[in-house]
Amino acid sequence: MLVSYKWLQDYIDLSGVSAEELAEKITKSGIEVEGVEKLNEGMSGIMVGHVLECEKHPNAEKLNKTLVDLGNGETVQIICGAANVGKGQKVAVATVGAVLPGNFKIKKAKLRGEESHGMICSLQELGIEGKLAPKEYAEGIYNFTPDTEIGQDALVALNRDDEILELGLTPNRADAMSMLGVAYEVGAILGKDIKLPNPQPETSSEQANDYINVTVEAKEDNPLYVAKVIKNVKVGPSPVWLQTRLMAAGIRPHNNVVDITNYILLEYGQPLHAFDYDKLGSKEILVRRAKDGEVIETLDDAKRTLSSEHLVITNGTEPVALAGVMGGANSEVGSDTTTVLLESAYFTGGAIRKASKDHGLRSEASSRYEKGVDPERVRPAAERAAELMIQLAGGELLGGVVEADSLEVKPAVVSTTLEKINKVLGTDLEMKQVEDIFARLKFETSVDNNTITVTVPTRRGDITIEEDLIEEVGRLFGYDNLPTTLPIGASTPGHLSEYQKKRRVVRRFMEGAGLYQAVTYSLTSAEKAAQYALDQREPVELAMPMSEDRSILRLSIVPQLLEVLKYNIARQNDSAAVYETGAVFLKNSNDDLPEEREHLAAAVTGLWESHPWQGEKKPVDFFVLKGIVEGLVAKLGLDNQLGFQKAVMEGMHPGRTAEILLNGNVIGFIGQVHPTMQKALDLKETYVFELSLKALLEAETAPLQYTAIPRFPSITRDIALVVEKEAAAGDLKKVITEAGGTLLKEVQVFDLYEGEKMEQGKKSLAFSLKYFDPEKTLTDEDIAKAHTKVLKALEEQAGAVLRG
Amino acid sequence: MQDRLKELQAEALEKVAAAADLKELNDIRVSYLGKKGPITEVLKGMGKLSAEERPMMGALANEVRDAISGQIEVKQQELEEAAVQKQLAAEQIDVTLPGRPVKTGSHHPLTSIIEEIEDLFIGMGYTVEEGPEVEKDYYNFEALNLPKGHPARDMQDSFYITEEILMRTHTSPVQARTMEKHQGKGPVRIICPGKVYRRDNDDATHSHQFMQIEGLVVDENVRMSDLKGTLQVFAKKMFGEDREIRLRPSFFPFTEPSVEMDISCKICGGSGCSVCKGTGWIEILGAGMVHPNVLEMAGYDSKKYTGFAFGMGPERIAMLKYGVDDIRHFYTNDVRFLKQFSVEE
Repeated sequence: MLVSYKWLQDYIDLSGVSAEELAEKITKSGIEVEGVEKLNEGMSGIMVGHVLECEKHPNAEKLNKTLVDLGNGETVQIICGAANVGKGQKVAVATVGAVLPGNFKIKKAKLRGEESHGMICSLQELGIEGKLAPKEYAEGIYNFTPDTEIGQDALVALNRDDEILELGLTPNRADAMSMLGVAYEVGAILGKDIKLPNPQPETSSEQANDYINVTVEAKEDNPLYVAKVIKNVKVGPSPVWLQTRLMAAGIRPHNNVVDITNYILLEYGQPLHAFDYDKLGSKEILVRRAKDGEVIETLDDAKRTLSSEHLVITNGTEPVALAGVMGGANSEVGSDTTTVLLESAYFTGGAIRKASKDHGLRSEASSRYEKGVDPERVRPAAERAAELMIQLAGGELLGGVVEADSLEVKPAVVSTTLEKINKVLGTDLEMKQVEDIFARLKFETSVDNNTITVTVPTRRGDITIEEDLIEEVGRLFGYDNLPTTLPIGASTPGHLSEYQKKRRVVRRFMEGAGLYQAVTYSLTSAEKAAQYALDQREPVELAMPMSEDRSILRLSIVPQLLEVLKYNIARQNDSAAVYETGAVFLKNSNDDLPEEREHLAAAVTGLWESHPWQGEKKPVDFFVLKGIVEGLVAKLGLDNQLGFQKAVMEGMHPGRTAEILLNGNVIGFIGQVHPTMQKALDLKETYVFELSLKALLEAETAPLQYTAIPRFPSITRDIALVVEKEAAAGDLKKVITEAGGTLLKEVQVFDLYEGEKMEQGKKSLAFSLKYFDPEKTLTDEDIAKAHTKVLKALEEQAGAVLRG
Repeated sequence: MQDRLKELQAEALEKVAAAADLKELNDIRVSYLGKKGPITEVLKGMGKLSAEERPMMGALANEVRDAISGQIEVKQQELEEAAVQKQLAAEQIDVTLPGRPVKTGSHHPLTSIIEEIEDLFIGMGYTVEEGPEVEKDYYNFEALNLPKGHPARDMQDSFYITEEILMRTHTSPVQARTMEKHQGKGPVRIICPGKVYRRDNDDATHSHQFMQIEGLVVDENVRMSDLKGTLQVFAKKMFGEDREIRLRPSFFPFTEPSVEMDISCKICGGSGCSVCKGTGWIEILGAGMVHPNVLEMAGYDSKKYTGFAFGMGPERIAMLKYGVDDIRHFYTNDVRFLKQFSVEE
C-alpha cells in the first residue's frame, strides 16, 4: 500500500511529525514501512508556463519553436520536440538552471540555429512512470488544465511535493489497505483524533428502482450488493488533484467516473465498479456462480472461460463482470457514457481468490476482497462515490435504495483480563493504560473489575481472540518499553543427543582428514536419483516439480558430490576433496512419509598430497579413501566391526570397488568412479564412498575401558610370502590372525611386490607379526610354537610359502 | 722395568695426543691397555722381582695405565665434540623454505552458523531437536494454525508430493511434533535446525532449498519479555555486544502477538547505509508468543501454558556476518568459497 503523506492529512493532523518520523513510528508499533519516497527528489526549477506561440522550427521538420510565458515576467523561446505541443497550452517548463531526475541540468542551448531557453516536460521527465501517466500523456508533453495558474512551481501543481510511505502489509492487516484504515492506525499511534468523510449526496426525484433491480443468487459469495444509478454524467478527465493522488498510489487515471471508483477503493478500501447503464441491455443485475464453459471478455480485452467456481455479475442472462476481479468489456464506461450503474458489493474471499488465481488476474479489487473488506463501509463508499460523481462529473443521483442484503454484521466482542495481559507481556500495566490504548484505537470497551470487554469494529476483522487484544496492547504500549527478562521456572539441562554429538565428531574427523563440507540439493533429476543408490528403492517424486532437474528426492549423495567436483575442476581447481552428511529419501507406501536415512559421502579427485620442492606429489587413490573410512570407524570405536569386500557396482570401476561392512552388514561402498563416468564429468581418477551414517552412529559400542600398558617386551617376526596374484591380503591376514592364537597381538602388511623377480602369476606379500604375553617375557620357544602354526596354516589354507 | 713403563707411558701419551679420530684413539687404547698390550707384557716379568719391589711395581703399572686411559678419555671427548661440530656444520637448512602443508578441510559456513547458534542455546538449557524434511501437511500447516484454504499458505508456495505430504516449508513442524511428544507438559526448550524447501526460482536472494533454525519455549508463565531478553542475549552473542535490538509488530499464523526482530546495523552504527537500506536496522528473525490454537492442538492447556517461538535463516545470518552477496554460493560448493571459512572465529 502506497500512502501519500499529503493525502493522509485530509484525515489527521500531522503537524510536527515529518514523513520520516511518521514512518518510523508506524514501523515500530504497527506496520513495516519499507520506504519513504520523496516525489520531487532531485528536481528543481520547473514552472508552469503558457505557450503563447508555437510554429514549426525553420530548419527541423520534427521540432517546434515556441514562445512561453513563464508567469514571472519572463517570456522565453523554447525548442520543443514533442508532437503534441501547441499554442495556448499550460505546460511544465524546466527553466535554464533546472534539475531533472538523474541530475540532468537544463542549460541554454542552440538547436539547429535556434536558441532554446529551457525544456517543456513530459510526465516521465518529471519522474512519473509511463504506465501511470494518463493515456493521452503517456507520450509527449503534459498539459495542465486551462485554469492552472502560471508561474507557480509545476511540481506543486502536480502534487509532487509529497512523500509516499510504502507499507509492507502482512496478511492480517487488510484494514490498512485503505487511507481511512491507515488514518485509524496513525491516529492510534499518535494518540490523535481523525476526521472521516461524511458523504451526503443529494438525490433527484427519480427512483433508482425504476431503472434497476438486483437479485443475488449466490448469497454466500455475495451477502450484500448495493447499486446506485447516476444519470447525466459527463465523462472526461478528472481534476489534477484526483489524477495525481491516483498516480502517487500507483494507479493510472482514465476518466472521471473510473477514477472516482479507484479513488474510493483507495480511500475506503471498498472496491467499486461502474457499468455503462445503457450498455447493460436490461434493467436487471443478477449475481450468480458462472456456468461451466461460460465466456466473458474482460476490460483488458481477454476472453476468459469460466467455471462454476467463479462468481459473475450478469444482466440477468449474460455476464457483465467477473465479480470482484474485473469488469466486462461489454458494459465498460467510455466517453459516450451518460448513465452509470455503480456497484458497491461485499464479496467473500473464496470465489474471488479462485477466479483471480485461475485467470492470473490480481487487481487492486481482488486483493482487497481476498483479504476481506469492511462490511460497514459498503454503503458509505457508494455514497461517497456518488457524491464525487455529482461534483466532478456533473451527475444526478437517483433516489431510493437498491440493494440485495443478506449480510449479518456482528462486531466481535472479546474479553481479557488485566492479569492475563500482564502475564503474557511480562508487564505491570494498569487498567487505565489498557483502556487508553483501546480508546486510541477507537474500540469500544467496558470494564468490570479486572476484565475488559472490547467491541471490535468490523474494519479490524483480524481481532477475534484475547491474544489479539494483547497484541494491540503490546504494540501500542511499545515493544521498546517491554522489560527484558529471561524465562523463569524449572531449569533444563541443555545438550546434544548422543547421535548429534557423534555426528559432530564425524564432521570434525572428515575435515581434519582434509575434506571440505559441502551442502547440496536434496531434489535432483530422475537420472541422478537412481545413480549410486545403496538401497534401490523407488524414489519419491514431486507432484508438480518446477523443472526436471529438481523433480525427485535423492537416493544417494555421491551424484551431487560428483557435480561439485565437476564444477570445481572446470574452474581451474586441480583437485578437490569434499564430503557431505545429509538425508536420502526412501519411498514407503504413498500414505506414509518416506524413510529419511542420513548418509555420509565423500568424493576426491586430483592430487591428495603435494609438496613440490621436496618432489612429492601423490594423486588420490583407493587407499587414501579407505584410510579415511578406517580412521573414522576407529574414531567411533567400531574398528573391530569393520570389513571390506570386493564388489561390482554400476558406475564404479569393476576392479577398484568394495562394499563397506559393519558387523557383516553392507552399510556402504567405496571405490573409483567408472572411467566412462569420469570422462562424462571431465574428471581424472576420482574416488568416492557413501555409507549409512545412521548405521554407523547407531551401532553398539563397548564402553571405553582402560587396558594395562604391557610390562613385558613384545617380539616381532617378519614373513615374506609368495602367493597367487589374486590372493587377497585381507584373507591372508585372517588366516594368520586365526592361527596365531592369543599371543599374536598385531598383524600388519608391510610390503607388496609384484615385480619381475616373481614367478608368473605370483606376488609377494610381507607381514609383520607382533607377539606378546601380558603376563611374562616370551621365550623363543613360545614364539616358535605359535609362529609355526601360522606358517603351517598359511601353506595349508592359502597355499602361501615363505619367500626364499 | 720401571724405565720401560715410563717409556711406554710417554710413547702412549704422545700417540694419544696425535690421534686424529675416534678409531685411531680406540686402536691406541687396545694396543696399550689390552690384554696383549706392552704393559701386560712388562708385568709378566713381575715374577722375577723381590717381594718388596712387587707391590711398588704393581702400583706404578696402575699409575701408568690410569694416566694413559685418562688421557684417552679426555681426547675422546675432544674428538667427539669435534665430530658433532662437523656434523652440525654439514646439516644447515634453509629455514625459509615452505613447510609441509597439513591437509585440512573445513565446515560449511552454514554449519558454522548453525552450530554456533545450537551451542549458544544449549548453554541456556535448550536441546536440539530434528524432524523429517518430508512432512505431513498436518504438521507443516494445520497444527500450526494454518488450516487448508488459509490465505497465509500462499506466502509459502510448497513442493507437494501427495495431497497430504510435502517438502516442509519451515522447521516449525518440529515444534509441533516435539510439543505433541511432551503430552501437554512443560517445560519445553528446544532449538530446531534443518533444511526447508519452497517453490522459488534460484537467484541471488532466493533458493528452493535453504536452512532454518527455530527455537521454542513452552512452560507455565512464559512471557513476551522473556522472548525479548532471550533474543537480546542471542543478538549480542552472535553479532556483538554493542548491538541493539528492536522488536516490531508482524504477523505469523502460529504466533500471537507476532514480531520481527531487527538489530542495529554494524556497518553504519544506526545512521543508515546501503546495507540497512538507510534505516539503521537489519531484519534478523521472526518471533512471537505461541498461538493458543497451536498450543491446544498439541495438547496444551492454553489457559495455563504460554510459550514463545522464534525462527531465522542461517543463510541470511551468514550473508550479513561474512558479507556474502549471493545465496547460491552456499549450494554450489566452490572450494575457493568453502576454504574461506576454515578460519576458526
